[in-house]
Amino acid sequence: MDDFLLRAMLGGFGVALVAGPFGAFVVWRRLAYFGDTLAHSALLGVAVGFLLHLNLTLGIVVICQVLALLLFFGQRQRHLASDTLLGILAHGALSLGLVALAFMETVRIDLMAYLFGDILAITAADLAWIFGGGLLALLGLLWIWQPLLAITIHEDLARVEGIAVDRVNWFFLGLIALAVALMMKVVGMLLVTALLIIPAATARRFAAGPEWMALLASLIGCVAVGGGLYGSYLWDTPTGPSIVVCGCLLFIFSFLLPAGFREHPVRK
Amino acid sequence: MTGETGEKLLELTDVGLTLRDREILQRVCLQVDRGEILTIVGPNGAGKTTLLRVALGLQPPTSGRRYLQPDVRIGYMPQRLQLDATFPLSVRRFLSLAAPGPAASLADALEQVGAAHVFDAPLHSLSGGEMQRVLLARTLLRQPDLLVLDEPVQGVDVHGQVELYRLIARIRDERACAILMVSHDLHLVMAATDRVVCLNRHICCSGAPETVTADPAYLEMFGPLGVQNLAVYTHDSEHRHDCSEEHR
Repeated sequence: MDDFLLRAMLGGFGVALVAGPFGAFVVWRRLAYFGDTLAHSALLGVAVGFLLHLNLTLGIVVICQVLALLLFFGQRQRHLASDTLLGILAHGALSLGLVALAFMETVRIDLMAYLFGDILAITAADLAWIFGGGLLALLGLLWIWQPLLAITIHEDLARVEGIAVDRVNWFFLGLIALAVALMMKVVGMLLVTALLIIPAATARRFAAGPEWMALLASLIGCVAVGGGLYGSYLWDTPTGPSIVVCGCLLFIFSFLLPAGFREHPVRK
Repeated sequence: MTGETGEKLLELTDVGLTLRDREILQRVCLQVDRGEILTIVGPNGAGKTTLLRVALGLQPPTSGRRYLQPDVRIGYMPQRLQLDATFPLSVRRFLSLAAPGPAASLADALEQVGAAHVFDAPLHSLSGGEMQRVLLARTLLRQPDLLVLDEPVQGVDVHGQVELYRLIARIRDERACAILMVSHDLHLVMAATDRVVCLNRHICCSGAPETVTADPAYLEMFGPLGVQNLAVYTHDSEHRHDCSEEHR
């Protein structure tokens, strides 16, 4: 196998493994639009990276974190509905990124690569980011797993029972921002949310518990990456979108299989 | 923690709450003692759930004080779970999240509320009554001194309601805890409570069920829609809103 294909495969698997558990929480807590907003800030991160002579991935990570922080505090005010706020931040950040890049006359970026991902151009350094950052994100998630589940079930209940709800939520948003920034390279800012929610939604019918759903989502994501890469190689289609198409097919075909977890078991 | 029956666990003094220029609670005084069942009744929009949130410490009041005796463990049973349909969770796992422990103690708590048969069922498959029982079992697992129940019989048929109220009274008897609950329904709950607080932003009347149900303020609020109520209603001298109001 060619080197670039091997790197693409590794990077794709790494990203899918991270996306599984985070995607499960995105689905449970209805944060799809939130993930999308974070992803939209990627170009701004690239611009900041160029401006400050930072590693571009680091620039994206930093800007995603800043946006997550803004959203965290923004959602505590009551003047704007949270989807309005998300819309303003998402498109504001995207446009600001494009305008900022236009000002930098010496900089020419491949816009398509940022919009839809460029998995075939993954370098060894990118792999280090994906696996290092991904491990960090997963360990962080593991650390807050139980309280985060409790908050997902009922926020007030968790608060009454002494869980530091705000702190856990804040930490979780930071972790998602990190995961989204890492996923950017593989599927691009427009398709990040797809890689988060499609495997998780597919896993739902076969999962008997939250942990199973998270693990299964990771596996299904890996299958989507593998299938998408193969299809892209076979038919010369764009890789990021091919991965998402493969994920969608898995989602649809999953309904042909019997569910592993009966929704309404016979009792009594 | 265990203590003497009658010891003061929670007290709200002159609590007022104004949110976005709307006055939601006005000079509310409330005391919950160990071993008693106190029920808050009132029409829709009276601020019942908000008052519970203040009592739980979830909503800071704009005026007044909240006192919770140190070391009191609160068991809270919310009206409903905001559980997304995509969240796969069995009753067993749900209970273990509240109180990690051996499966036997979880099953035991379910047994106590008469819902042992749903132990391995997914939470989404429960009926209204089963769900309320599971939520109740969950609060019991935390060994509470003070149980706070928000509409505990919601979505349960009349027969089930009677059973649930009986269960709640039995929990109070066996565990010597205090119970503070909100109820929509008037008739069944009166038989199951020691003291009633009738709330409509402010406390209209409070006391033993017999006293409250005879109170003009109560009759005005809930009485048959007969118009005469309005005509005969006079603000009687027993109807006070300050903290000196007698509790029993």
